[in-house]
Amino acid sequence: MPTLRVVPLRRPWLWSSSALFVALLAWLAVAIWRNPNIQHAVIWQFQFAPAILQGLRTTVVLALLAAVIGLGLGIVLAVMRLSDSRVLRLGSGLYVWLLRGTPLLVQILVWGNFALLFATIGPFSTNAVLTPFVASVIALGLNEAAYMAEIVRAGILAVDRGQHEAALALGMSRALALRRIVLPQALRVIIPPAGNQFISLLKATSLVSVIAGGDLLTAAQNISSANLHTIELMLVATFWYLAITSVSSLGQHAIERRLGRAAAQTHAAR
Amino acid sequence: MPRAEPTHAAARRVMVDAQDVHKRYGRDEVLKGISLQVPAGEVLCLIGPSGSGKSTLLRCINHLEKIQAGRIEVDGEPIGYRQRGDVLYELPEREVCRQRAHIGMVFQRFNLFAHLTVMQNIVEAPLHVKREPKAQAQQRALALLERVGLADKAGAYPGHLSGGQQQRVAIARALAMQPKLMLFDEPTSALDPELVDEVLAVMRGLADDGMTMIVVTHEMAFARDAGDRVAFMDGGVIVESGPPGELLARPRHERTRAFLSRLIDEAKAA
Repeated sequence: MPTLRVVPLRRPWLWSSSALFVALLAWLAVAIWRNPNIQHAVIWQFQFAPAILQGLRTTVVLALLAAVIGLGLGIVLAVMRLSDSRVLRLGSGLYVWLLRGTPLLVQILVWGNFALLFATIGPFSTNAVLTPFVASVIALGLNEAAYMAEIVRAGILAVDRGQHEAALALGMSRALALRRIVLPQALRVIIPPAGNQFISLLKATSLVSVIAGGDLLTAAQNISSANLHTIELMLVATFWYLAITSVSSLGQHAIERRLGRAAAQTHAAR
Repeated sequence: MPRAEPTHAAARRVMVDAQDVHKRYGRDEVLKGISLQVPAGEVLCLIGPSGSGKSTLLRCINHLEKIQAGRIEVDGEPIGYRQRGDVLYELPEREVCRQRAHIGMVFQRFNLFAHLTVMQNIVEAPLHVKREPKAQAQQRALALLERVGLADKAGAYPGHLSGGQQQRVAIARALAMQPKLMLFDEPTSALDPELVDEVLAVMRGLADDGMTMIVVTHEMAFARDAGDRVAFMDGGVIVESGPPGELLARPRHERTRAFLSRLIDEAKAA
Protein backbone atom coordinates (compact mmCIF):
# COMPACT_ATOMS: atom_id res chain seq x y z
CA MET A 1 0.00 0.00 0.00
CA PRO A 2 1.41 3.45 -0.88
CA THR A 3 2.10 5.83 1.99
CA LEU A 4 -0.68 8.41 2.15
CA ARG A 5 0.28 12.07 2.28
CA VAL A 6 -1.34 14.25 4.98
CA VAL A 7 -2.38 17.80 4.13
CA PRO A 8 -3.12 19.94 7.21
CA LEU A 9 -6.18 22.14 7.13
CA ARG A 10 -5.40 25.56 5.61
CA ARG A 11 -5.98 28.35 8.10
CA PRO A 12 -5.79 31.61 6.14
CA TRP A 13 -7.27 33.70 8.96
CA LEU A 14 -4.63 32.56 11.42
CA TRP A 15 -1.92 33.56 8.97
CA SER A 16 -3.35 36.92 7.98
CA SER A 17 -4.15 37.97 11.57
CA SER A 18 -0.64 37.01 12.65
CA ALA A 19 0.86 39.02 9.83
CA LEU A 20 -1.33 42.00 10.72
CA PHE A 21 -0.22 41.75 14.35
CA VAL A 22 3.49 41.73 13.42
CA ALA A 23 2.98 44.68 11.06
CA LEU A 24 1.23 46.70 13.79
CA LEU A 25 3.99 45.94 16.26
CA ALA A 26 6.68 46.97 13.78
CA TRP A 27 4.83 50.17 12.95
CA LEU A 28 4.54 51.04 16.68
CA ALA A 29 8.24 50.39 17.29
CA VAL A 30 9.26 52.52 14.31
CA ALA A 31 6.80 55.28 15.32
CA ILE A 32 8.37 55.48 18.75
CA TRP A 33 11.95 55.05 17.59
CA ARG A 34 11.64 57.58 14.71
CA ASN A 35 9.60 60.01 16.78
CA PRO A 36 11.28 63.44 16.53
CA ASN A 37 10.09 64.21 20.08
CA ILE A 38 12.28 61.46 21.52
CA GLN A 39 15.95 62.22 21.81
CA HIS A 40 17.85 58.95 21.90
CA ALA A 41 20.93 60.66 23.20
CA VAL A 42 19.05 61.55 26.40
CA ILE A 43 18.13 57.90 26.94
CA TRP A 44 21.74 56.77 26.51
CA GLN A 45 22.89 59.63 28.73
CA PHE A 46 20.72 58.56 31.66
CA GLN A 47 20.28 54.79 31.26
CA PHE A 48 23.34 54.11 33.43
CA ALA A 49 23.58 57.50 35.17
CA PRO A 50 24.68 57.26 38.84
CA ALA A 51 21.44 58.92 40.07
CA ILE A 52 19.30 56.36 38.18
CA LEU A 53 21.40 53.41 39.40
CA GLN A 54 21.14 54.74 42.96
CA GLY A 55 17.34 54.87 42.53
CA LEU A 56 17.36 51.33 41.11
CA ARG A 57 19.33 50.12 44.14
CA THR A 58 16.84 51.81 46.49
CA THR A 59 13.90 50.21 44.65
CA VAL A 60 15.41 46.74 44.94
CA VAL A 61 16.33 47.20 48.62
CA LEU A 62 12.86 48.60 49.35
CA ALA A 63 11.17 45.62 47.70
CA LEU A 64 13.40 43.08 49.46
CA LEU A 65 12.90 44.66 52.91
CA ALA A 66 9.13 44.95 52.36
CA ALA A 67 9.01 41.31 51.18
CA VAL A 68 10.83 40.12 54.32
CA ILE A 69 8.51 42.14 56.59
CA GLY A 70 5.52 40.97 54.54
CA LEU A 71 6.48 37.30 54.80
CA GLY A 72 7.31 37.42 58.52
CA LEU A 73 4.24 39.41 59.52
CA GLY A 74 2.13 37.49 57.00
CA ILE A 75 2.98 34.17 58.70
CA VAL A 76 2.12 35.67 62.10
CA LEU A 77 -1.21 36.99 60.75
CA ALA A 78 -2.01 33.66 59.08
CA VAL A 79 -1.35 31.74 62.30
CA MET A 80 -3.48 34.28 64.22
CA ARG A 81 -6.26 33.74 61.68
CA LEU A 82 -6.14 29.99 62.29
CA SER A 83 -5.79 30.19 66.09
CA ASP A 84 -8.31 29.13 68.73
CA SER A 85 -8.68 32.70 70.04
CA ARG A 86 -11.59 34.64 68.62
CA VAL A 87 -9.82 37.92 69.46
CA LEU A 88 -6.68 36.97 67.51
CA ARG A 89 -8.77 35.74 64.56
CA LEU A 90 -10.73 38.98 64.54
CA GLY A 91 -7.56 41.08 64.89
CA SER A 92 -5.94 39.38 61.92
CA GLY A 93 -9.14 39.69 59.89
CA LEU A 94 -9.41 43.41 60.68
CA TYR A 95 -5.79 44.00 59.67
CA VAL A 96 -6.26 42.30 56.31
CA TRP A 97 -9.60 44.04 55.78
CA LEU A 98 -8.12 47.49 56.45
CA LEU A 99 -4.82 47.21 54.55
CA ARG A 100 -6.22 45.31 51.58
CA GLY A 101 -9.30 47.48 51.42
CA THR A 102 -7.56 50.86 51.13
CA PRO A 103 -5.34 52.11 48.30
CA LEU A 104 -1.63 51.55 48.81
CA LEU A 105 -1.07 55.14 47.67
CA VAL A 106 -3.15 56.39 50.62
CA GLN A 107 -1.19 54.18 53.04
CA ILE A 108 2.09 55.52 51.70
CA LEU A 109 0.91 59.10 52.08
CA VAL A 110 -0.21 58.42 55.67
CA TRP A 111 3.17 56.92 56.65
CA GLY A 112 5.02 59.67 54.76
CA ASN A 113 3.09 62.34 56.66
CA PHE A 114 3.04 60.57 59.99
CA ALA A 115 4.52 63.67 61.67
CA LEU A 116 1.21 65.44 61.10
CA LEU A 117 -0.44 62.76 63.26
CA PHE A 118 2.23 62.29 65.93
CA ALA A 119 4.95 64.96 66.04
CA THR A 120 7.18 62.79 68.21
CA ILE A 121 7.71 59.06 68.67
CA GLY A 122 8.84 58.67 72.28
CA PRO A 123 11.73 61.09 72.77
CA PHE A 124 12.46 61.36 69.03
CA SER A 125 11.13 63.70 66.39
CA THR A 126 8.94 61.73 64.00
CA ASN A 127 10.58 63.22 60.93
CA ALA A 128 14.02 62.12 62.17
CA VAL A 129 12.90 58.52 62.65
CA LEU A 130 10.48 58.12 59.76
CA THR A 131 12.68 59.26 56.90
CA PRO A 132 11.00 58.88 53.49
CA PHE A 133 12.90 55.61 53.05
CA VAL A 134 11.82 54.20 56.43
CA ALA A 135 8.23 55.35 55.86
CA SER A 136 8.30 53.63 52.44
CA VAL A 137 9.61 50.36 53.89
CA ILE A 138 6.93 50.37 56.59
CA ALA A 139 4.08 51.27 54.23
CA LEU A 140 5.05 48.65 51.64
CA GLY A 141 5.91 45.97 54.24
CA LEU A 142 2.68 46.32 56.19
CA ASN A 143 0.62 46.31 52.99
CA GLU A 144 2.49 43.29 51.66
CA ALA A 145 1.81 41.45 54.94
CA ALA A 146 -1.95 41.71 54.40
CA TYR A 147 -1.68 39.89 51.07
CA MET A 148 0.93 37.41 52.29
CA ALA A 149 -1.30 36.54 55.27
CA GLU A 150 -3.96 35.24 52.89
CA ILE A 151 -1.40 33.41 50.74
CA VAL A 152 0.24 31.73 53.77
CA ARG A 153 -3.16 30.84 55.26
CA ALA A 154 -4.20 29.12 52.03
CA GLY A 155 -0.86 27.28 52.02
CA ILE A 156 -1.28 26.01 55.59
CA LEU A 157 -4.85 24.89 54.90
CA ALA A 158 -3.65 22.97 51.83
CA VAL A 159 -1.47 20.70 53.99
CA ASP A 160 -3.30 17.53 55.03
CA ARG A 161 -4.56 17.77 58.61
CA GLY A 162 -3.10 14.32 59.29
CA GLN A 163 0.43 15.72 59.01
CA HIS A 164 -0.25 18.06 61.93
CA GLU A 165 -1.87 15.28 63.96
CA ALA A 166 0.98 12.85 63.35
CA ALA A 167 3.41 15.51 64.57
CA LEU A 168 1.37 16.14 67.74
CA ALA A 169 1.06 12.40 68.39
CA LEU A 170 4.87 12.18 68.39
CA GLY A 171 5.00 14.77 71.19
CA MET A 172 5.70 17.89 69.12
CA SER A 173 4.28 21.19 70.32
CA ARG A 174 1.98 22.99 67.91
CA ALA A 175 4.68 25.60 67.21
CA LEU A 176 7.27 22.91 66.43
CA ALA A 177 4.79 21.02 64.23
CA LEU A 178 4.06 24.22 62.32
CA ARG A 179 7.72 25.09 61.82
CA ARG A 180 9.12 21.64 61.01
CA ILE A 181 6.19 19.82 59.39
CA VAL A 182 3.39 22.09 58.14
CA LEU A 183 5.13 25.24 56.83
CA PRO A 184 7.77 23.37 54.76
CA GLN A 185 4.95 21.53 52.97
CA ALA A 186 2.83 24.67 52.66
CA LEU A 187 5.71 26.31 50.77
CA ARG A 188 4.84 24.46 47.56
CA VAL A 189 1.43 26.14 47.56
CA ILE A 190 2.76 29.48 48.82
CA ILE A 191 5.60 30.07 46.33
CA PRO A 192 3.70 30.70 43.05
CA PRO A 193 1.32 33.40 44.39
CA ALA A 194 4.11 34.82 46.58
CA GLY A 195 6.23 35.20 43.44
CA ASN A 196 3.46 37.12 41.70
CA GLN A 197 3.09 39.19 44.85
CA PHE A 198 6.79 40.06 44.81
CA ILE A 199 6.61 41.23 41.20
CA SER A 200 3.63 43.42 42.09
CA LEU A 201 5.65 44.74 45.00
CA LEU A 202 8.62 45.61 42.78
CA LYS A 203 6.34 47.80 40.68
CA ALA A 204 4.41 49.15 43.68
CA THR A 205 7.67 50.63 45.01
CA SER A 206 7.23 53.31 42.32
CA LEU A 207 4.33 54.71 44.37
CA VAL A 208 6.72 55.92 47.06
CA SER A 209 7.84 58.61 44.66
CA VAL A 210 4.90 60.63 46.08
CA ILE A 211 6.78 60.95 49.38
CA ALA A 212 10.18 61.29 47.65
CA GLY A 213 11.12 57.76 48.68
CA GLY A 214 14.34 57.93 46.65
CA ASP A 215 13.34 54.98 44.44
CA LEU A 216 13.92 54.51 40.70
CA LEU A 217 10.86 56.51 39.66
CA THR A 218 11.72 59.36 42.09
CA ALA A 219 15.21 59.51 40.56
CA ALA A 220 13.82 59.55 37.02
CA GLN A 221 11.29 62.24 37.89
CA ASN A 222 13.92 64.38 39.60
CA ILE A 223 15.93 64.39 36.40
CA SER A 224 12.96 64.87 34.05
CA SER A 225 11.58 67.79 36.04
CA ALA A 226 14.93 69.51 35.50
CA ASN A 227 15.47 68.72 31.80
CA LEU A 228 11.80 68.22 30.75
CA HIS A 229 12.61 64.97 28.86
CA THR A 230 9.75 63.13 30.60
CA ILE A 231 9.19 60.33 28.07
CA GLU A 232 12.88 59.58 27.66
CA LEU A 233 13.32 59.18 31.42
CA MET A 234 10.18 57.03 31.70
CA LEU A 235 11.71 54.78 29.02
CA VAL A 236 14.91 54.64 31.08
CA ALA A 237 12.89 53.62 34.16
CA THR A 238 10.75 51.17 32.13
CA PHE A 239 13.85 49.34 30.99
CA TRP A 240 15.04 48.84 34.55
CA TYR A 241 11.62 47.82 35.88
CA LEU A 242 11.34 45.19 33.14
CA ALA A 243 14.87 44.02 33.94
CA ILE A 244 14.23 43.44 37.65
CA THR A 245 10.77 41.90 37.20
CA SER A 246 12.21 39.54 34.56
CA VAL A 247 14.98 38.46 36.91
CA SER A 248 12.53 37.75 39.72
CA SER A 249 10.25 35.82 37.32
CA LEU A 250 13.20 33.61 36.43
CA GLY A 251 13.94 33.13 40.14
CA GLN A 252 10.32 32.16 40.78
CA HIS A 253 10.36 29.57 37.98
CA ALA A 254 13.59 28.08 39.30
CA ILE A 255 12.16 27.68 42.82
CA GLU A 256 8.89 26.25 41.50
CA ARG A 257 10.75 23.71 39.39
CA ARG A 258 12.72 22.53 42.44
CA LEU A 259 9.62 22.30 44.66
CA GLY A 260 7.73 20.71 41.77
CA ARG A 261 10.26 17.89 41.61
CA ALA A 262 9.84 17.18 45.32
CA ALA A 263 6.05 17.28 44.90
CA ALA A 264 6.18 14.86 41.98
CA GLN A 265 8.03 12.44 44.25
CA THR A 266 5.42 12.90 46.95
CA HIS A 267 2.48 12.07 44.74
CA ALA A 268 4.08 9.43 42.55
CA ALA A 269 2.93 6.36 44.46
CA ARG A 270 -0.42 7.52 45.76
CA MET B 1 9.91 -15.02 71.03
CA PRO B 2 8.02 -16.32 74.10
CA ARG B 3 4.99 -14.32 75.16
CA ALA B 4 4.36 -13.01 78.63
CA GLU B 5 1.46 -15.18 79.80
CA PRO B 6 -1.80 -13.30 80.45
CA THR B 7 -2.24 -15.37 83.62
CA HIS B 8 0.24 -13.03 85.30
CA ALA B 9 -2.18 -10.18 84.67
CA ALA B 10 -2.97 -9.69 88.34
CA ALA B 11 0.68 -9.07 89.10
CA ARG B 12 1.19 -6.73 86.14
CA ARG B 13 0.72 -3.00 86.35
CA VAL B 14 -2.20 -1.37 84.59
CA MET B 15 -1.00 0.54 81.52
CA VAL B 16 -4.28 2.16 80.52
CA ASP B 17 -7.05 2.87 82.99
CA ALA B 18 -10.14 4.67 81.67
CA GLN B 19 -12.96 5.54 84.05
CA ASP B 20 -16.41 6.64 82.85
CA VAL B 21 -15.09 8.63 79.88
CA HIS B 22 -17.57 10.93 78.12
CA LYS B 23 -16.89 12.72 74.86
CA ARG B 24 -19.27 15.04 73.02
CA TYR B 25 -19.08 16.84 69.69
CA GLY B 26 -21.59 19.61 70.28
CA ARG B 27 -24.86 17.79 71.12
CA ASP B 28 -23.63 14.49 69.75
CA GLU B 29 -22.31 12.20 72.51
CA VAL B 30 -19.87 9.76 70.91
CA LEU B 31 -18.48 8.20 74.11
CA LYS B 32 -21.11 7.52 76.75
CA GLY B 33 -19.18 6.43 79.79
CA ILE B 34 -16.31 4.15 78.77
CA SER B 35 -14.44 2.24 81.46
CA LEU B 36 -11.51 0.10 80.41
CA GLN B 37 -8.37 -1.41 81.94
CA VAL B 38 -5.46 -2.58 79.84
CA PRO B 39 -2.67 -4.36 81.76
CA ALA B 40 0.91 -3.80 80.59
CA GLY B 41 1.80 -6.19 77.77
CA GLU B 42 -1.78 -6.83 76.71
CA VAL B 43 -2.97 -6.55 73.12
CA LEU B 44 -6.52 -5.22 73.14
CA CYS B 45 -8.46 -5.20 69.88
CA LEU B 46 -11.35 -2.75 69.60
CA ILE B 47 -13.98 -3.84 67.14
CA GLY B 48 -17.38 -2.46 66.23
CA PRO B 49 -19.34 -0.75 63.46
CA SER B 50 -18.12 2.59 62.10
CA GLY B 51 -19.29 5.49 64.19
CA SER B 52 -19.28 3.40 67.36
CA GLY B 53 -16.57 5.59 68.94
CA LYS B 54 -13.56 3.23 68.65
CA SER B 55 -11.28 5.73 66.95
CA THR B 56 -12.46 8.56 69.19
CA LEU B 57 -11.62 6.53 72.30
CA LEU B 58 -8.16 5.87 70.88
CA ARG B 59 -7.62 9.58 70.17
CA CYS B 60 -8.71 10.48 73.71
CA ILE B 61 -6.01 8.21 75.16
CA ASN B 62 -3.25 10.47 73.78
CA HIS B 63 -5.35 13.61 74.21
CA LEU B 64 -5.72 14.37 70.49
CA GLU B 65 -9.36 14.72 71.57
CA LYS B 66 -10.43 16.37 74.81
CA ILE B 67 -12.85 14.52 77.04
CA GLN B 68 -15.79 16.17 78.79
CA ALA B 69 -15.98 13.91 81.83
CA GLY B 70 -14.21 10.93 83.35
CA ARG B 71 -10.49 10.26 83.46
CA ILE B 72 -7.89 8.37 81.50
CA GLU B 73 -4.63 7.26 83.09
CA VAL B 74 -1.65 5.89 81.22
CA ASP B 75 0.92 4.15 83.41
CA GLY B 76 -0.63 5.73 86.49
CA GLU B 77 -0.55 9.30 85.13
CA PRO B 78 -3.78 11.13 84.26
CA ILE B 79 -3.63 12.16 80.59
CA GLY B 80 -4.24 15.79 79.65
CA TYR B 81 -5.55 16.84 83.02
CA ARG B 82 -4.45 17.31 86.60
CA GLN B 83 -6.91 16.48 89.34
CA ARG B 84 -7.32 18.77 92.35
CA GLY B 85 -10.19 17.72 94.57
CA ASP B 86 -13.14 16.99 92.31
CA VAL B 87 -11.95 19.16 89.44
CA LEU B 88 -9.80 18.25 86.44
CA TYR B 89 -7.58 21.07 85.20
CA GLU B 90 -6.30 20.85 81.65
CA LEU B 91 -2.51 20.56 81.51
CA PRO B 92 -0.30 23.10 79.72
CA GLU B 93 0.84 22.09 76.22
CA ARG B 94 4.38 21.26 77.36
CA GLU B 95 3.03 18.61 79.76
CA VAL B 96 0.66 17.14 77.18
CA CYS B 97 3.57 16.87 74.71
CA ARG B 98 5.69 15.08 77.31
CA GLN B 99 2.87 12.57 77.88
CA ARG B 100 2.26 12.03 74.15
CA ALA B 101 5.96 11.34 73.59
CA HIS B 102 5.52 8.08 75.52
CA ILE B 103 2.45 6.97 73.52
CA GLY B 104 2.96 5.84 69.95
CA MET B 105 0.18 6.20 67.40
CA VAL B 106 -0.30 4.69 63.96
CA PHE B 107 -2.94 6.17 61.68
CA GLN B 108 -5.21 4.70 59.06
CA ARG B 109 -3.80 7.06 56.40
CA PHE B 110 -0.15 6.56 57.53
CA ASN B 111 0.48 10.33 57.75
CA LEU B 112 4.18 10.06 57.01
CA PHE B 113 5.78 13.49 56.62
CA ALA B 114 5.68 13.87 52.85
CA HIS B 115 8.61 16.30 52.59
CA LEU B 116 11.02 14.10 54.55
CA THR B 117 12.80 10.86 53.66
CA VAL B 118 12.05 7.64 55.52
CA MET B 119 15.12 8.16 57.72
CA GLN B 120 14.22 11.80 58.40
CA ASN B 121 10.66 10.78 59.27
CA ILE B 122 11.92 8.36 61.90
CA VAL B 123 14.55 10.59 63.52
CA GLU B 124 12.45 13.78 63.44
CA ALA B 125 10.82 13.38 66.85
CA PRO B 126 13.80 11.78 68.64
CA LEU B 127 15.98 14.70 67.47
CA HIS B 128 13.58 17.59 68.01
CA VAL B 129 11.34 16.38 70.85
CA LYS B 130 13.70 14.20 72.88
CA ARG B 131 16.85 16.07 71.73
CA GLU B 132 18.78 12.84 71.27
CA PRO B 133 22.25 12.89 69.71
CA LYS B 134 21.96 12.47 65.93
CA ALA B 135 24.18 9.39 65.70
CA GLN B 136 22.16 7.56 68.35
CA ALA B 137 18.82 8.44 66.74
CA GLN B 138 20.00 7.32 63.31
CA GLN B 139 21.42 4.10 64.65
CA ARG B 140 18.11 3.19 66.28
CA ALA B 141 16.22 4.24 63.16
CA LEU B 142 18.28 1.82 61.07
CA ALA B 143 17.65 -0.98 63.57
CA LEU B 144 13.90 -0.25 63.43
CA LEU B 145 13.92 -0.19 59.63
CA GLU B 146 15.68 -3.54 59.72
CA ARG B 147 12.98 -4.84 62.02
CA VAL B 148 10.11 -3.75 59.73
CA GLY B 149 12.02 -5.10 56.72
CA LEU B 150 12.75 -1.78 55.01
CA ALA B 151 16.46 -1.24 55.70
CA ASP B 152 17.02 -0.46 52.01
CA LYS B 153 14.42 2.35 51.94
CA ALA B 154 16.07 4.80 54.38
CA GLY B 155 16.66 7.40 51.67
CA ALA B 156 13.32 7.06 49.89
CA TYR B 157 10.48 9.58 50.10
CA PRO B 158 7.09 8.31 51.36
CA GLY B 159 5.55 8.97 47.93
CA HIS B 160 7.81 6.30 46.43
CA LEU B 161 6.63 3.57 48.81
CA SER B 162 3.61 1.28 48.65
CA GLY B 163 0.90 1.69 51.26
CA GLY B 164 2.13 -1.32 53.20
CA GLN B 165 5.68 -0.01 53.21
CA GLN B 166 4.48 3.43 54.32
CA GLN B 167 2.55 1.94 57.21
CA ARG B 168 5.56 -0.11 58.30
CA VAL B 169 7.66 3.08 58.28
CA ALA B 170 4.93 4.78 60.32
CA ILE B 171 5.19 2.00 62.90
CA ALA B 172 8.98 2.39 62.99
CA ARG B 173 8.55 6.16 63.39
CA ALA B 174 6.28 5.65 66.42
CA LEU B 175 8.64 3.04 67.93
CA ALA B 176 11.61 5.42 67.59
CA MET B 177 10.24 7.37 70.56
CA GLN B 178 10.44 4.16 72.63
CA PRO B 179 6.78 4.35 73.70
CA LYS B 180 5.32 2.30 76.52
CA LEU B 181 1.98 2.05 74.72
CA MET B 182 1.08 1.81 71.03
CA LEU B 183 -2.26 2.89 69.59
CA PHE B 184 -3.28 1.62 66.14
CA ASP B 185 -6.19 3.35 64.41
CA GLU B 186 -7.41 0.95 61.69
CA PRO B 187 -3.82 0.46 60.49
CA THR B 188 -4.75 -1.78 57.54
CA SER B 189 -8.05 -0.25 56.41
CA ALA B 190 -6.48 1.98 53.74
CA LEU B 191 -4.34 -0.81 52.30
CA ASP B 192 -4.83 -2.95 49.23
CA PRO B 193 -5.72 -6.49 50.41
CA GLU B 194 -2.40 -8.00 49.32
CA LEU B 195 -0.48 -5.48 51.48
CA VAL B 196 -2.37 -6.12 54.73
CA ASP B 197 -0.35 -9.13 55.85
CA GLU B 198 3.06 -7.43 55.81
CA VAL B 199 1.76 -4.79 58.25
CA LEU B 200 -0.01 -7.33 60.46
CA ALA B 201 3.21 -9.37 60.61
CA VAL B 202 5.10 -6.40 62.01
CA MET B 203 2.33 -5.83 64.56
CA ARG B 204 2.39 -9.51 65.59
CA GLY B 205 6.13 -9.25 66.17
CA LEU B 206 5.57 -6.22 68.34
CA ALA B 207 2.88 -8.04 70.34
CA ASP B 208 5.21 -11.00 70.82
CA ASP B 209 7.83 -8.67 72.28
CA GLY B 210 5.35 -7.68 74.98
CA MET B 211 4.36 -4.19 73.76
CA THR B 212 1.08 -2.92 75.20
CA MET B 213 -1.17 -2.30 72.20
CA ILE B 214 -4.67 -1.04 71.58
CA VAL B 215 -5.71 -1.86 68.04
CA VAL B 216 -8.85 -0.57 66.35
CA THR B 217 -9.35 -3.08 63.57
CA HIS B 218 -11.69 -4.95 61.28
CA GLU B 219 -9.18 -7.79 60.88
CA MET B 220 -10.87 -10.57 62.87
CA ALA B 221 -8.08 -13.02 62.07
CA PHE B 222 -5.57 -10.66 63.67
CA ALA B 223 -7.85 -10.11 66.68
CA ARG B 224 -8.23 -13.87 67.08
CA ASP B 225 -4.60 -14.91 66.99
CA ALA B 226 -2.68 -11.81 68.11
CA GLY B 227 -5.14 -10.24 70.54
CA ASP B 228 -5.27 -11.10 74.24
CA ARG B 229 -8.67 -9.53 74.54
CA VAL B 230 -11.33 -8.14 72.23
CA ALA B 231 -13.75 -5.36 73.16
CA PHE B 232 -16.86 -4.76 71.08
CA MET B 233 -18.05 -1.14 70.93
CA ASP B 234 -21.39 0.11 69.67
CA GLY B 235 -23.15 3.46 70.11
CA GLY B 236 -20.44 4.93 72.33
CA VAL B 237 -20.31 2.14 74.92
CA ILE B 238 -18.30 -1.05 75.33
CA VAL B 239 -20.98 -3.72 74.90
CA GLU B 240 -18.79 -6.64 75.98
CA SER B 241 -15.19 -7.72 76.12
CA GLY B 242 -13.37 -10.97 76.60
CA PRO B 243 -10.75 -13.35 75.23
CA PRO B 244 -10.99 -13.43 71.42
CA GLY B 245 -11.76 -17.14 71.31
CA GLU B 246 -14.83 -16.66 73.50
CA LEU B 247 -16.11 -13.31 72.27
CA LEU B 248 -15.77 -14.04 68.58
CA ALA B 249 -17.10 -17.59 68.81
CA ARG B 250 -19.82 -17.17 71.45
CA PRO B 251 -20.83 -13.51 71.77
CA ARG B 252 -23.20 -12.93 74.70
CA HIS B 253 -24.97 -9.88 73.33
CA GLU B 254 -27.37 -9.63 70.44
CA ARG B 255 -25.61 -6.53 69.01
CA THR B 256 -22.25 -8.32 69.00
CA ARG B 257 -23.79 -11.31 67.27
CA ALA B 258 -25.40 -9.08 64.64
CA PHE B 259 -22.12 -7.27 63.97
CA LEU B 260 -20.10 -10.47 63.68
CA SER B 261 -22.60 -12.23 61.41
CA ARG B 262 -22.68 -9.15 59.18
CA LEU B 263 -18.86 -9.31 58.94
CA ILE B 264 -19.02 -13.00 58.02
CA ASP B 265 -21.65 -12.29 55.34
CA GLU B 266 -19.47 -9.57 53.89
CA ALA B 267 -16.47 -11.88 53.87
CA LYS B 268 -18.52 -14.51 52.04
CA ALA B 269 -19.80 -11.97 49.53
CA ALA B 270 -16.25 -10.77 48.81
